[in-house]
Amino acid sequence: MLREFTCIICPNGCEIEADIEDGKLLSIEGATCPRGEAYVRQELTDPQRNIATSVLVKNGVLPLASVRLTSPVPKERIFDVMAEVRKVTVEAPVQAGTVVIKGILGYDSDVIVTKTVTRK
Amino acid sequence: MEKRDVIIVGGGPAGLAAAVELYNKGITDILILEREKHLGGILRQCIHDGFGLTRFRTTLSGPEYAQRFIDEVVEKKIPYRTDTTVLEVSPDKVVTVASREGLVQYQARAVILTMGCRERTRGALAIPGERPTGVFTAGVAQAYMNLYNRMPAKEVVILGSGDIGMIMARRLTLEGAHVQAVFEIQPIPSGLPRNIEQCLNDYNIPLYLSHTVTDVHGGSRLTGVTISRVDEHLRPIPGTEKEYACDTLILSVGLIPENELSLDAGVKLDNRTKGAIVDEHFQTNVEGIFAAGNVLHVHDLVDFVSMEAERLADSAAEYIKHGSLPECPVEIVTDGNIGHTIPQKISGSQDVTLSMRVRSLIKNCRIVVKQNGEEIASKKMKKALPAEMIQIPVKAEKINGTQKLEVSVEC
Repeated sequence: MLREFTCIICPNGCEIEADIEDGKLLSIEGATCPRGEAYVRQELTDPQRNIATSVLVKNGVLPLASVRLTSPVPKERIFDVMAEVRKVTVEAPVQAGTVVIKGILGYDSDVIVTKTVTRK
Repeated sequence: MEKRDVIIVGGGPAGLAAAVELYNKGITDILILEREKHLGGILRQCIHDGFGLTRFRTTLSGPEYAQRFIDEVVEKKIPYRTDTTVLEVSPDKVVTVASREGLVQYQARAVILTMGCRERTRGALAIPGERPTGVFTAGVAQAYMNLYNRMPAKEVVILGSGDIGMIMARRLTLEGAHVQAVFEIQPIPSGLPRNIEQCLNDYNIPLYLSHTVTDVHGGSRLTGVTISRVDEHLRPIPGTEKEYACDTLILSVGLIPENELSLDAGVKLDNRTKGAIVDEHFQTNVEGIFAAGNVLHVHDLVDFVSMEAERLADSAAEYIKHGSLPECPVEIVTDGNIGHTIPQKISGSQDVTLSMRVRSLIKNCRIVVKQNGEEIASKKMKKALPAEMIQIPVKAEKINGTQKLEVSVEC
């Protein structure tokens, strides 16, 4: 069966057509780099996404510090990740790169701060 | 009056990249002027990742991408002033500035315009109906959520399929709002395919093409919108109206370069880009005034903004060192399929990269650059979307004399 994918790995957004039988990839067309095939294989078995949000900051010049995951997690766990991150409050000053949750939900992915917030 | 070699108006990605590159080229008498409290521009609120894949070969969030340049500015001790608004740039490069310390004027030898762009609003579209609160541009909603910790919506309809609108569809969903749909008046999406996939499809948010908002309802707060289908001339089709109850309408309907200061300075704008007409040095018609980034033409990726500003800085450094730049007599014209090119004029004596967008979706075509009817550069496009900026390098050795270059689509 032919299935179409839009690769999300880079802004090229390659349109990939893949021939799939019983969850197995028979052939693939349209990817302009090897990451496209890797993306399709991942999508077939275990779709993964990164996610960005913010955590509350106490005594900072800003009320929020933005955060992201260091590597993607299974797509269906995104709302569980959001619930965990929502529990976090950090005290200013906080540096970009600071790990606020190590190994979120047991995955090999940390929640890190992406914006330095100084103390007010 | 204080003197500076180079004044940079705007401390976003273009201004920061220009400052660092100028410094690397030996021009250190620089001042960056930024009206916000922090450097970084719009990237500060773009907390999603996907930035830097071209420039840094890694995926970063907006704040991290900005920080890489801010760190260099700080490390090199490049002077900057935040909370400082430029009121006027004169044609002879006197820059008038307002801040807490009062009014100050600088005489610059060169001025770099990197003010970015702003969002089209409901007023610009002339959407009829009531005027309740709850109608926000995507960037304003993004600032509320990502900078000020304010949740602006519960039930959401989005008009326009621009990238920021789609990114906000995902962001609002993650924070518990219900995004009913994205409506786009054009028959094709205006944002990047990857954002349709990861921001809409991932969250089962439908995208309706050839639809628009034809009425807005509500007293003090928005209570709903009327959506209609449009015909091929983008006119609403009577009888297709459908009501959507919602408390928030997010607009992601285009970006316009912010050029009020440029006009004061006597800079001529291109009607197609709404940005300055520039030559290959990114110099405007006013000698010593340069422009790059979203104030020049709206980019799809910040990586290209930084790289354009760095090319500008290389030329601005030459200008400071020599007092002038080579003439650019070779004009570039486009056919109806290509909206515009940047730059609009080149010298013909050095390699140059032309940036452009197609005006509508094209498939299996070539974009061809010709001079005197002879092909001098081309790019094969399996598919080209107006959402994507296309770049075509042109070699100086292929250019003959000062005859204009013609850019066209051949299928």
